[in-house]
Parts: sequence; structure tokens; C-alpha cells
Amino acid sequence: MPDLTLREAIRKGLQEALDNDPRVFIMGEDVGAYGGAYAVTKGFLRQYGPERIRDTPISESVIVGAGVGAAMGGMRPIVEIMTINFSLLAMDQIVNHAAKLRYMSGGQLMVPLLIRTVTGGGAGLAATHSQSLEGWYASVPGLKVVFPSTPADALGLLRTCLKDPNTIIYCEHALLYGVRGPVPDTYYEVPLGRAEVKRPGTDVTLISYGRGVHLCLQAATELARRGVQAEVIDLRSLRPLDLETPLASLRKTHRALIVEEAWPMAGIGPYLGLRLHQEAFDDLDAPIAHLCGADTPAPYARNLERLSLPDVPAILKTVAEAFGL
Amino acid sequence: MQLQERLTKTELVSFYRQMLLIRRFEERCAEMYMLGKIRGFLHLYIGEEAIAVGCMSALRPEDYVVTHYRDHGHALARGMDPKVAMAELFGKVTGCSRGKGGSMHFFDASRNFMGGYAIVGGQLPVAVGLALASKMKGEPRVTVCFFGDGALNQGEFHEAFNLASLWKLPVVFFLENNLYGMGSHIDRTYAGGRDVFKAGEHYRIPAAQTDGMDVLAVREATLRAVEHARQGNGPFFLEALTYRFRGHSMADPVEYRDRAEEEAWKVRDPIPTFQRYLLENAIATLTELSEIARQVNDEVEEAIRFADASPEPPPEALYEDIYA
Ligand SMILES: Cc1ncc(C[n+]2csc(CCOP(=O)(O)OP(=O)(O)O)c2C)c(N)n1
Repeated sequence: MPDLTLREAIRKGLQEALDNDPRVFIMGEDVGAYGGAYAVTKGFLRQYGPERIRDTPISESVIVGAGVGAAMGGMRPIVEIMTINFSLLAMDQIVNHAAKLRYMSGGQLMVPLLIRTVTGGGAGLAATHSQSLEGWYASVPGLKVVFPSTPADALGLLRTCLKDPNTIIYCEHALLYGVRGPVPDTYYEVPLGRAEVKRPGTDVTLISYGRGVHLCLQAATELARRGVQAEVIDLRSLRPLDLETPLASLRKTHRALIVEEAWPMAGIGPYLGLRLHQEAFDDLDAPIAHLCGADTPAPYARNLERLSLPDVPAILKTVAEAFGL
Repeated sequence: MQLQERLTKTELVSFYRQMLLIRRFEERCAEMYMLGKIRGFLHLYIGEEAIAVGCMSALRPEDYVVTHYRDHGHALARGMDPKVAMAELFGKVTGCSRGKGGSMHFFDASRNFMGGYAIVGGQLPVAVGLALASKMKGEPRVTVCFFGDGALNQGEFHEAFNLASLWKLPVVFFLENNLYGMGSHIDRTYAGGRDVFKAGEHYRIPAAQTDGMDVLAVREATLRAVEHARQGNGPFFLEALTYRFRGHSMADPVEYRDRAEEEAWKVRDPIPTFQRYLLENAIATLTELSEIARQVNDEVEEAIRFADASPEPPPEALYEDIYA
């Protein structure tokens, strides 16, 4: 099993799709000649040509909208929105059109569109370039949202997404592109809506996705040194959202902490926490804890930004305070 | 009204029939709305029928049509069964969108009628994408995208024009300029002046203006525009000058318009105008046209009966068709 970076895994998935399905094409700002803002599509233009690797103007609304139309017209577009922050300019196309056309047309239309976008903070980009908006999209019926944390999941999820007949927001955390991990040579897919136990444990459940999974794994290693066995769960897709895997874990550990970068209000964490309280109240030894981004716009200053995002010490501190572990 | 191509009597009479069908259908819609049978917003197309009929007559079945929320006329002219259209307005499962779309969201994929869109300007990028799909697949389809003058002021207008022109996509941007966006006259909302069709020049999109009250003029202008796009020359921008005789929606008492202006436009009502043309050129007799009016009435009444008698969507439908 070769080790790939998360970036390489996504590249592999995109190339497979371009090689195997003539309906697949990629469009977005600087995906071609420039090679993609995060170098994911570097070299694709030379390999596949400008018909299939389409550089667009800086026009988020028409990039997504043209993806919607092309998908309705029988193509399999993959659009790249340079970062999720700019998807706000295409919010209408995503939320009002892509997500709703099937419903409003009484099932006549399909919008098999994959929207790849970069998300997350931590790179000193300040408030408009560091947002974690995946939860907003996950709140919209008609959309699916995936968020891989490992190269293997990135490829497996991408394969599944490209077979799915719906519009999917595929989130790539900016700080995870260089993360390396084993990726099976044999063909596999990762289903949507199935969380994975990334590390088994018996004393506390740490639930996260994307970069938070890596923080939880590091925290679990530290906890193990203290004799506490933490189970780490990677949600992998936010919609559909797997409740069963966290529930099964809770019934074993009786304690859970949800870790995410997004703001405290109206996100995945609050929703998941409520559902878990409803479903597993009797199994809980303590209320479910939530560690998330600070309730502020992302600050630029290094120290403040650090304070605004979950990190390993904060996870350990929360576990200690909430559960006495 | 001049006739440069040879249309058969059957074709000409069918234009009359379709315009009349749209008119009667919507007049009855207004009544059904007052009775509470139709809910939500109801935007009538009355006065603009020549555009839908003239345009659709110039399209091939494989062409895509995308439009805005004032979509009944386009759907009927595209061949949607009035029963299915009325049932949608009544929120019945037999409607074109199975009761999920309502007045502003008619869809008929079997006729490549890809929908009415209720967000002003939102349909423009979608149309660009449909045209992109056709071009990439090498299909000879053209996408016709209707929009109102209000959409001129949305960023999507520029994004869509720019991309369609850059990529030479087979799309006809069809502006139905009825001079008003809700209660705002175009002179108060659009800084570009009245030569709106020149708005595409900046993007090197050729354009033309046509008389939206004249079904044959619209047909001819559409034929040219569509041909331009079909030949691979990229987008075309067509502006039809028209007027909506009623309010923006049923909730609009139309207090912002000058009555003299309304009267001046009503003299040009596309239906009596075309009727006169048919009679004066001895293409049809008054008896024939009255017979058509009678049939159209029956058809609309039948649509209402059908819609009324149709079942509501079952409760399970609430969760159906969210995902494919
Ligand atoms: C983005 C957006 N803003 C506002 C509205 C509310 N609205 C609905 S129709 C309309 C007027 C549009 O006028 P126009 O495009 O000229 O079309 P017409 O009604 O004249 O056919 C407005 C403001 C909307 N639907 N979408």
C-alpha cells in the first residue's frame, strides 16, 4: 500500500474520473494553466486539454450555476470553488437551485454536481478567508457534504461522490493537503453517511471530522499515556450524518466530546450533540461536551488565531473539565 | 406585421389558438386564485403571450428552455398540457412538478422545458450550463433563457453573458422587457438607457430588438437568433418589447403606472391584433376563430375540472425527491 498525501489522493480520484468518464470535466478559477490554487489540478490542463479543464473568470455564481445546468444537461461537472469563503457568492446557485431542483421539479431533474472547495482556518488569513461553513451546507436538504481527514478516505469518498446523482460539497481542509497516509492499491469506495472509528477506546469518545480528527488522535495518544482510552470517531460525511457509530461508542464510553472548527451556534456539533442526548441520555455519565471555534470572526494575529481554534491542549483541558479524566 | 416566410394556415391559426389558450388559462387562474384554489404568488403573463408563442414556434423539440417565475405562458407554448399546468397550480400530485413547484416552478423535462426559476436572474447561469453541456456533447441544441428587465441588474447577468461569450455557447438570452420590475420602471432602475439590447455589446454578443406584441415578428427574430447560436457562433441577445397588462402579481394593485400608458399598450394587445391580421388577410374566418375560442374555453374548463378532481400529493411525498 503506497503512502500518498491527501492532495495526491484527490488528484488520483480526479484523474480516474477524467480517464473513465467522458462526461466528467473540471471548471473553476485557475484550475488549468495555474494548476489550482492548492495545486490539486496541476498538470491536468496539459493532460486533458482546455475542453475538460476549464479556466473560468472570477464569477462564482456562474461557475456553480453553469455546473448545475451542465449536470442537468447530462454532463458530470466537477467545479472548484477556490475556498468555501467565496462560495457565499454562489450561495443562491447552491442553496436555491442545485439543492432544490429535484424537489421542485417533482423528481424530474437531477443535478449530479460535485463542488470541491477548500475550507478551514489556521493559516493566518484573517476573518474572510478562514471560515468553516460546511455546517451551513449540511443544514440544507438536497445537498450532501463530505469532509475527508485522510488520503484513503479522500479517494474513497471522491469515488463515491462521483457516482452519486446529487449535488455534493466536497470539503478539503487547507492544512491537510500534505497529510500522508496509506492508500490501498486495490479499488475501494467509502460510502457516504458512515463514520469510522479511527482509534478504538473505552473511556471517552472524541467525535470530529477533517482536521479535528488529527487533533483528536494526538489528544488520544496523550490521554493513553495517562491511562485514559479515548475512542476517536471521524464523521467523514456531515450529510448524510451517521448517528449509529457515535451512539454505539457512547453506549460503551458514556462520555463524548465533539470537536470542530466551526462556530458554536447552529452547526454540526450542536445538532449532533442534541441528537445524541435525545438518543442516548440514559447512557451518558456527563453532558456531551463541545469544543469549537471561538464565537468571533477569525483573527489575524497568530496568538489570537491559535486561541480561536481547537487544539490538542484544549481537547485535553475539555476532557478533564467535562469528564474529570 | 409582415410575413417573410411562408407559414401554412394551420400554423398561423395555431399561433392564435396558443395565445388565446394562455390568455384564457390565466384569466381563469386569477379567478381560481381569488377562490383560494391557487396559493402563493401568482404572476400572470397576460399581454406578453406573443413572445412565448412566437419564440417556441421557432424552436426544435431538443432545444432547452429556461425561464423565470412568470412561466405559465412559456410552459403552455412549449406544449405542456393545460390540465397538468393547472393541477400544479392547484398543488395536486398530477401537476407537472407533482405539486412541489407551484406557479413559479413549472418543469417539463420531457419537453426540455428546464424550469421556471423564482430568484431574479438565477436562471441565467443555469442556462449557460445547459448550453455548455450541449456544446461539449456535440448536440445541436440551443438553450433559450428568458428573463425580465429586472434581471439586468443582477451580477449574474454579467457573469452569464461573459462566460457564454468567452466559451461561444449556444444560448439565446431572451429579454422580455415589459418596462417594469414589480413597481419600478426601467428608467429608474437601469442606468444603461433604453437601448437595452446593446448591453451585450461589451461582451461582443450580437443582439436584436423585436416587437413583443407581434407573434410573427418574435418568431422571425427568434429564428435568426437561434440559427446564429445553432451554427456555433456563440450566444445571441434578443430583446422583445412588451407590456404586462396586469399587476406584477395578484397582490399588486398597480398604483405606479400611468393609465394612459396602459391604454396605449392595450391597443396593441397581441391577440386582437393577430386576429385582425388573420381576418384581413383572409387566412381564417370569424366563424373559425370563434370555434377556436370555444374549444379553448372548453380546454381550460377541463383543466380546472381535472385539477380540482386530482388528489393532493400523499404525505410521504414530503420526503420524496430530495435526493436522486
Ligand atoms: C434575487 C431576487 N430579488 C428579489 C426578488 C423579488 N422579485 C420577484 S419578481 C421581481 C421583479 C422582477 O422584474 P423583471 O425581472 O423585470 O420581470 P417581470 O416581473 O417584469 O416579468 C422582484 C423584485 C426575487 N424573486 N429575487
